[in-house]
Amino acid sequence: MDLLRRLLRYGFDTGEKLLSLAFPASWNPLLNLGALGFFFYWIVTASGIYVYIFFDTGVAQAFASVEYMTNDQWYAAGLMRSLHRYASDGLVAVMLLHILREFALDHYRGVRWFSWATGLPVLVLVYFAGISGYWLVWDKLGQYVAIVSTEWLDHLPFFGQPLARNFLSPDTLESRFFTLMIFMHIAIPLIALVVLWLHLQRIVKPRINPPIGLAIGTGLSLLVLSAVAPATSQGAANLAMVPGRIGLDWFYLGAYPLLEKLPGPATWSAAVTLFIVMAAIPWLPPMKRQRAASVDLANCNGCNRCMNDCPYNAITMQMRSDGRPFEGEAVVNPDLCVSCGICAGSCPTSTPFRRLSELVPGIDLPDRTIAAIRADTEAEGARIAGPARIMVYGCVNAGVATACRSSNVGVVTLNCTGQLPPSFIDYVISLNLADGVIIAGCTENGCYNRFGSKWTIDRLASQRDPHLRARVPRERIKAVWAGRLGVAKLRREIAALETSLKGLGPYRHHADRAVTPEDRADA
Amino acid sequence: MPKYVKFAVQALFYAAFVAAIGVFSAWPVYRQIPEDSAQIKLSFNHGGGRLQDCRKLTSEELAKLPSTQRRPNNCARERQPIAVQMLVDGAPIYDAVLKPSGLSGDGQAETYKKFIVPAGKHTIVARLRDSKRTEGFDYESSFEVDLAPQQNLAIDFKAEQGGFLFR
Ligand code: HEM
Ligand code: SF4
Ligand code: SF4
Repeated sequence: MDLLRRLLRYGFDTGEKLLSLAFPASWNPLLNLGALGFFFYWIVTASGIYVYIFFDTGVAQAFASVEYMTNDQWYAAGLMRSLHRYASDGLVAVMLLHILREFALDHYRGVRWFSWATGLPVLVLVYFAGISGYWLVWDKLGQYVAIVSTEWLDHLPFFGQPLARNFLSPDTLESRFFTLMIFMHIAIPLIALVVLWLHLQRIVKPRINPPIGLAIGTGLSLLVLSAVAPATSQGAANLAMVPGRIGLDWFYLGAYPLLEKLPGPATWSAAVTLFIVMAAIPWLPPMKRQRAASVDLANCNGCNRCMNDCPYNAITMQMRSDGRPFEGEAVVNPDLCVSCGICAGSCPTSTPFRRLSELVPGIDLPDRTIAAIRADTEAEGARIAGPARIMVYGCVNAGVATACRSSNVGVVTLNCTGQLPPSFIDYVISLNLADGVIIAGCTENGCYNRFGSKWTIDRLASQRDPHLRARVPRERIKAVWAGRLGVAKLRREIAALETSLKGLGPYRHHADRAVTPEDRADA
Repeated sequence: MPKYVKFAVQALFYAAFVAAIGVFSAWPVYRQIPEDSAQIKLSFNHGGGRLQDCRKLTSEELAKLPSTQRRPNNCARERQPIAVQMLVDGAPIYDAVLKPSGLSGDGQAETYKKFIVPAGKHTIVARLRDSKRTEGFDYESSFEVDLAPQQNLAIDFKAEQGGFLFR
């Protein structure tokens, strides 16, 4: 399982890297798969409502009404029909990639099981919706879909009369299935939307809409496809004939030839096994995860920062329980916490300058404490030497920093770049532990913990609390969004910073810089 | 990369994406049965006769039953299994004994079978036994057909319409 994940992850990382050559980081299609899914869903809905106006819901008239759209109204209803089909296919494509990517990135286990478990019914519903759609056209493909679907259901011992008998010959055809299909084709996508809403319940500010550029690009290209290669029907259904040569939509109906040719027990057990494995996979095996963040009330002043920064809604502010005169206190729900440490990076009490009291922040990760990060920083600071000493704070999810450790490059690992309180940078430079600082994380916009890189960028730019102090010389610090494939990039950036640090010369330290009134205020 | 090159590469990417969608939404073409063959679909529901004849209860037996359940006949509900045979040009392609459905075997027997045969002229013989006899058949139909390629010939059975129906 681990090997499979690694291989897939390598594939996705490579794809992302290639696409990043042409796409701005925020537009990268592989970083917007869920959002593209929603986008396609809306296109399907809008075009579906349009074609429904022209669709005749009787089994005898349906085919003719669809033909009318494609042939007589090709410029409007026909175009909408094509968009409806192609956006549905696009939806399947991005959804399958989205599943693979979340799997590859290990975003489906541990406390993140919820998004996986609520995604699974969406997968099934999307397929039901697409299959019922092909049924409705009642062309040869619709006939094939109807017969193979009912034959497959007939393998189950639930139905008294074989359902497929309904399609035995032209004179046994009844419209009851057809009416059911129309109902399903409208109801299922609506149910899917409700489940999708659930899907995002545990995710703070989910990316639901793709960036405008990406939306225009995909939307326009679907439109071009619809104009160049309009979706067509494949001849009216005729139960007196076998459908013969049919163009299958492999996105939705890829398994149909197998369902048709293989024995029922084999296909049913395969389908059920696949479903069970997918449903159980978040616990196969369960994720070995660090302990959840924990709050130290004595150090929490109820400032809300950690709650605002947590990417998984794991923190709520509740009534003060220790009688101190603050508005509230942070409370962590361990069932939602992914142990990213972003909260510790945001807490005003996480400052390494604190010497008078023990360094215990208001909120901290028990398995990777801010105190331990300070201790590592000091040890690495004592070890490195040379004219251009650099302290690299590397996120373990990108995992590229340790490879760059050397006599003048110290490396301290973080659970996420967002775990680093900006005061650490100030600390390193003003205590002369290094001449420059690099923060190395996942690719830009590709943060494993969703918001770590974004909050880091904003904190360094003094746009988000806690700010990096104005006195910190910006020319000595750098954030490198290297990603898992970015060792070479990080090396290059380190070398570039070395060169410029040598040009800058040593930073002039003031003896009294070590602890200033500002720092005391921080502490 | 200069900006216009980036846009060109983006355009190429979109083109590849929608081309993949366009292509795989209807290709490769699939053929359900070989080109010059036809399909015979045999499917029916039919209930055979009772396995046992009804038996008149004796007056002692009747007396033992609660008054609401006193009926002069005791009929076992289980039905006769149904034997079916189908021959195409004299060769048997289907020979089965269908059990009645339902937990107590009182439902109709059913079948749904597909056979692929070369297109062209064939003689199809279908036989069915639903009574207690152990040899021979209660129904037999013979049918000359000239099947067009890809034709789907349905064979149904309805006792009230005289047996096998070819349609
Ligand atoms: C049409 C179908 C789907 C749509 C539109 C969709 C959309 C989304 C969106 C917008 C997010 C939030 C991404 C972010 O902002 O970081 C998300 C997350 C997620 N999705 Fe889906 N999804 C779909 C189907 C599925 C399916 C079928 C699965 C798996 C079986 C799945 C698994 C996940 C997981 C595990 C996450 C959580 C990622 C995290 O914890 O950071 N999704 N999805
Ligand atoms: S460690 Fe991350 S997920 Fe857990 S409470 Fe802190 S910010 Fe939220
Ligand atoms: S950031 Fe720190 S001080 Fe502020 S509420 Fe969270 S734990 Fe308390």
